[in-house]
Amino acid sequence: MTVTPPRLEIDRIIDDRRTRIIVCCGSGGVGKTTTAAAIGLRAAERGRQVCVLTVDPARRLAQSMGLTSLDNTPRRIEGVALDSGGSLHAMMLDMKRTFDEIVEAHSDPARAAQILANPFYQSLSSSFAGTQEYMAMEKLGQLRRSDEWDLIVVDTPPSRSALDFLDAPERLGRFLDGRLIRVLTAPVKAGRPFGKVLNAGFSVMTGALTRVLGGQLLRDAQTFITAFDTMFGGFRERADATYRLLQAPGTAFLVVAAPEQDALREAAYFVERLGAERMPLAGLILNRVHVTPASGLSAARALAAAETLEAATQEALSRAEPAQDDEGTSPGQPGTMLAVAALRLHAERVTLGEREQRVAAAFTSAHPAVPVVEIPALPEDVHDLEGLRRLAALPVSR
Amino acid sequence: MNGLGKNPRMTARDTDWDGVRLHVVTGKGGTGKTTVAAALALALAGSGRKVLLIEVEGRQGIARLFDLPPLPYEERKIAIGQGGNGHAGAPAGDVYALAIDAEGALLDYLQMFYGMRSAGRALTRMGMVDFASAIAPGLSDVLVTGKATEATRRRAGGGYAYDAVVMDAPPTGRIGRFLNVTSEVSDLAKVGPIRSHADSVANVIRSPQTAVHFVATLEEMPVQETLDGVAELRAIKGIQVGGVFINMARPGLLAARGPAQPADKEAPGEPALPGDGGALPDGDGEVAAQIALALKEAGLADSGQLAAGLAAELREHAALMALQDRARAELAGAGQPLYELPLITEGIDLAALYRLAAELRDQGAA
Repeated sequence: MTVTPPRLEIDRIIDDRRTRIIVCCGSGGVGKTTTAAAIGLRAAERGRQVCVLTVDPARRLAQSMGLTSLDNTPRRIEGVALDSGGSLHAMMLDMKRTFDEIVEAHSDPARAAQILANPFYQSLSSSFAGTQEYMAMEKLGQLRRSDEWDLIVVDTPPSRSALDFLDAPERLGRFLDGRLIRVLTAPVKAGRPFGKVLNAGFSVMTGALTRVLGGQLLRDAQTFITAFDTMFGGFRERADATYRLLQAPGTAFLVVAAPEQDALREAAYFVERLGAERMPLAGLILNRVHVTPASGLSAARALAAAETLEAATQEALSRAEPAQDDEGTSPGQPGTMLAVAALRLHAERVTLGEREQRVAAAFTSAHPAVPVVEIPALPEDVHDLEGLRRLAALPVSR
Repeated sequence: MNGLGKNPRMTARDTDWDGVRLHVVTGKGGTGKTTVAAALALALAGSGRKVLLIEVEGRQGIARLFDLPPLPYEERKIAIGQGGNGHAGAPAGDVYALAIDAEGALLDYLQMFYGMRSAGRALTRMGMVDFASAIAPGLSDVLVTGKATEATRRRAGGGYAYDAVVMDAPPTGRIGRFLNVTSEVSDLAKVGPIRSHADSVANVIRSPQTAVHFVATLEEMPVQETLDGVAELRAIKGIQVGGVFINMARPGLLAARGPAQPADKEAPGEPALPGDGGALPDGDGEVAAQIALALKEAGLADSGQLAAGLAAELREHAALMALQDRARAELAGAGQPLYELPLITEGIDLAALYRLAAELRDQGAA
């Protein structure tokens, strides 16, 4: 009934020198950042020159690498086993700084200053929606072009949907080329005061815009867009170049998901989308799966056994009215209570594990060719290199 | 402090958030924010009260949770609330739901303030919403929060149209910006219609009528993000930080023994169990041996190997409980009321939502 998907061999991916970029994607809260860090560490300790790029503003990677802060430049991570000749760097994306640098690189100083001071630019460059994804792509392109690392591991932004990572640059580009921009910039370009534009349709539109946004806001937007205009083409080109980089054979997408319905639904969308975009999907990492070391015992049998023991205990207690300090093998002794608790705990864990497997089966049935690896849930949080090392060594197969 | 350990309220319903009419629910991704928001809405909708549950991120999470087709930009009834006070005959309330998207909110705004819906449609076609969300997300946030505050303030028949509004808000990492509408917009719009709209929205959000609740799980990162988020919101003048809702807590072993045995009817001389403040007997081998003996008694074959597995599970469980205790203590450090919801092993369905709603009522959150 259940489909057994091929096993995802992460080691094979990181040991393959042709793999130059690994993108970890998935919805929020599935352990993406930690997974990316663990893969980066493992690759470094297996001889790769690795840079981990994280775009998460919560600085979680920094914590999990034992660093107090990460900035826009790759920092060497200490404590990595270097016998194999590898190395590990990590950096956190400073979205605004990356954006500023692009502006400065693509316009003369006067124009750059004008853009950097514009309130719209400041809003755009420090907001999360879209810009972060765009700048992550930009930074990835820069790191790749620098050729200082032979493997870059990217942790995608914590967007509401895994797809935002792919869509945001495109959306930004579409917007920059859009009709609204033309409407907004037309009057400025024509050198006329706003509102007295060519045809009636335009003036209805601009009138509406003025009423809704207010004149000042509109003028700021126009100034910004005009100043930015010359750079638009460059932006588009760079986004396209990074997009092609992601489609290249040296890239491996790893979709990370927790064994929960929402996360796996997102994962399924993402897998389908990667296929449509011809981007190289390596497989699915099913993170935080509940496994049991006593797999031979079903939930039903565990519960039945617990009830049997409880009934026997009750009976023994009602027979022995005064407390009896007998240390024999009679029911009611500490071991019995311990066993009852353990059996009930086990039943719960098995039930949870079975639900997770059902949810996962829905994914694997629809995508039987996607390699999958499961990583068991840990009782402890991962917050140091040792934890990351253990995590990377954990993948289990059933 | 209110919250944990509070006795069920069987009489007059005074809750921790009397006077709050807009409940904003945020939390780190993956903590079950939407589930908690929905349970809170059900809990608030007792005794004939009418509650609106809003989602703002276009995920259709509410529809999925309640097993409904995708919700339109329209307020519609999706469930009846939790019956009042646990009495079978007490009247339940109604839960309505609304999925707000920036586009619908823009059309609404234009219609409501300027009576120009068709111009709005033209703007939408031209990419006005792309414009707002790409270049100035603050603008689309104002439109979205504006719709939520409008529903909160809306009057009907001499009272409010809704007794309470619950918003499934953006995640913790974005909540400060999302709610701090005035400052997000003020850099862009110093005067003008958007600015005055933002100011009126801020008046509601920064009033005692609004509380911002955090959903967290008992894990390190969600705890840290919650504490950071609470600190961030406290720094914004006028915003009331609400409760911290611990979600998906794994129960201790006492609870694992089933609901039929309240703690005060325990057998005398019962050993303390791991995760309930006690320690496991010395040594894994000892635990496994004791369990193996009992398993044999219960008639389970291969009791030795099973017992070793079960002992390992007990040990992991004890570690998990210790971790949860630490996380709980850290969350308590936020100084806000704590509520705790259990992990529902079978998954969240409508019955589970009502169960969580009952927990929230018992703990005084609603």
